[in-house]
Amino acid sequence: MSTLVLDHVSRWYGNVVAANDVTMTIGPGVTGLLGPNGAGKSTLIAMMGGFLAPSAGTVTLDGTAVWRHPGIYRSVGLVPEAEAMYDMVTGWQFVLANARLHRLPDPKAAARAALETVDMMDAKDRDIATYSKGMKQRIKMATALVHDPAVLLLDEPFNGMDPRQRLHLMDLLRFLGEQGRTVLFSSHILEEVEEIAGTIEVLVAGRHAASGDFRRIRRLMTERPHQYTIRSSDDRRLAAAIIADGSADTVDLTSGDLAVQAPDLGVFVHALPRLARDSGIRLLEVSPADESLESVFAYLVAR
Amino acid sequence: MNPVVMSLTLRGLLGRRRAVLLVLLPVLLIAMSGLLRWASGGDPVSTVHLMNDFALGTLLPLMCLLIGVGVIGTEIDDGSIVYLLAKPVPRRTIVWSKLAVAWGTAMVVAVLPIVAAVEISGDQDARLGLAYAATAALAALAYTAVFVALSVVTRNAVIIGLLYALLWETVLGGYVPGVRNVSVRQWALAAAERILGDRASVWGVTSEVSFTAALLLLAGTIIGAIVLAVRRLQTLRLTTGD
Repeated sequence: MSTLVLDHVSRWYGNVVAANDVTMTIGPGVTGLLGPNGAGKSTLIAMMGGFLAPSAGTVTLDGTAVWRHPGIYRSVGLVPEAEAMYDMVTGWQFVLANARLHRLPDPKAAARAALETVDMMDAKDRDIATYSKGMKQRIKMATALVHDPAVLLLDEPFNGMDPRQRLHLMDLLRFLGEQGRTVLFSSHILEEVEEIAGTIEVLVAGRHAASGDFRRIRRLMTERPHQYTIRSSDDRRLAAAIIADGSADTVDLTSGDLAVQAPDLGVFVHALPRLARDSGIRLLEVSPADESLESVFAYLVAR
Repeated sequence: MNPVVMSLTLRGLLGRRRAVLLVLLPVLLIAMSGLLRWASGGDPVSTVHLMNDFALGTLLPLMCLLIGVGVIGTEIDDGSIVYLLAKPVPRRTIVWSKLAVAWGTAMVVAVLPIVAAVEISGDQDARLGLAYAATAALAALAYTAVFVALSVVTRNAVIIGLLYALLWETVLGGYVPGVRNVSVRQWALAAAERILGDRASVWGVTSEVSFTAALLLLAGTIIGAIVLAVRRLQTLRLTTGD
């Protein structure tokens, strides 16, 4: 069990700030680092992996600073975004070389186990140059897993994967997280993160915009208007009651159902049943219209 | 040194298409020395011209540039060096391993063909061969170390290396006397001058610097390049940008 701690980490390149005073703790389980392109995800991962010095602040792994401490790689596995590998060797040779570089007691067994984990035993004797993008990604995973690391850092691991490979990798990451490893992956695709990450760290324009599971992130943003779609026995009368009560700003009947936008989640969800009962209206369905991560994210980016 | 780093490096160096140049350039030199033999009838003075102008002046720095960039620059450029750096292996071990491969390759594909070319185009008692073996070996050590360091320091190592090899060593060295004192080729030639003794001036093998100074300068350059390469590799920035 390992924990990565970022303490007031900033990184700037000349006048450009890539990471701005980021403080986060990444513990065991799967954590998704979510943000649009250019948010500073790769910069942050590079600093976590000891490949970039923070301009300010510290990154520590179980209390040890990661910058200029190659010893951390005994417990850290890294899956870089760059696709380039040693194209002229076979997958087996490359993973085995990685095992040897780690000075593992039994490099062959370790390489075999890693290749089995990523399901690449069948193609292991082909040159890496002949692999598809998804296969290369799996070999990259195998090199990162070969020394059984407690921490796994993956930079945009789903890039270029077809849906089947994507599902396979999602299962693998979930499995690794359940084993108690600290798994962090970056992505700009919301569904991926939502699907497997127990914790989400949202990065927007270099700033740590939100943290938690996605429902919590959602709740954190109390100033954000919440939207509901409601079906009831009398939408029109309910709309009038809601707007008269003042717990919602907007009611909209144009789409057929009653769409409501409320500034405060707590006030509205308490007011709605009361209003319905007082007006003698039966509520058939109340559903949040935008609980998907996508809308949370869009809101954060726009803010 | 680490055998795994060395074998990956060697495969990376020889497995790329660029490696063809490492064969073509020496073949070109051998062909030229054959032509020269035919034209001059084995005169050592014309051998010296071919060696100084083409072999030491152009071919050797170019080969060392290809090798120096090939052992580490390419990996830094495409990012695959991360697989070596993300290991509990000291960075100086990585530099030494790569340098060892580069040096070994340079001896085989650059220094040996130069000695062969000397023998083909014309030698006396194998003295010229010995002299140029020493000179080419020393120059190869220094050039390779410098270009390895350059590859770690900048992504533009090829351009800068070419400018250095072609402009500094060849053109500027020919016109500006002071530049010749700061030239790997001139330093290395001091060894040939020393080995040839009296015959050096007869055949036109001269160096701008004394033998002792040359050795010190070469050693300083090599050590400086290695230290620089190790230090820069320890803080190598590896991000493709976000």
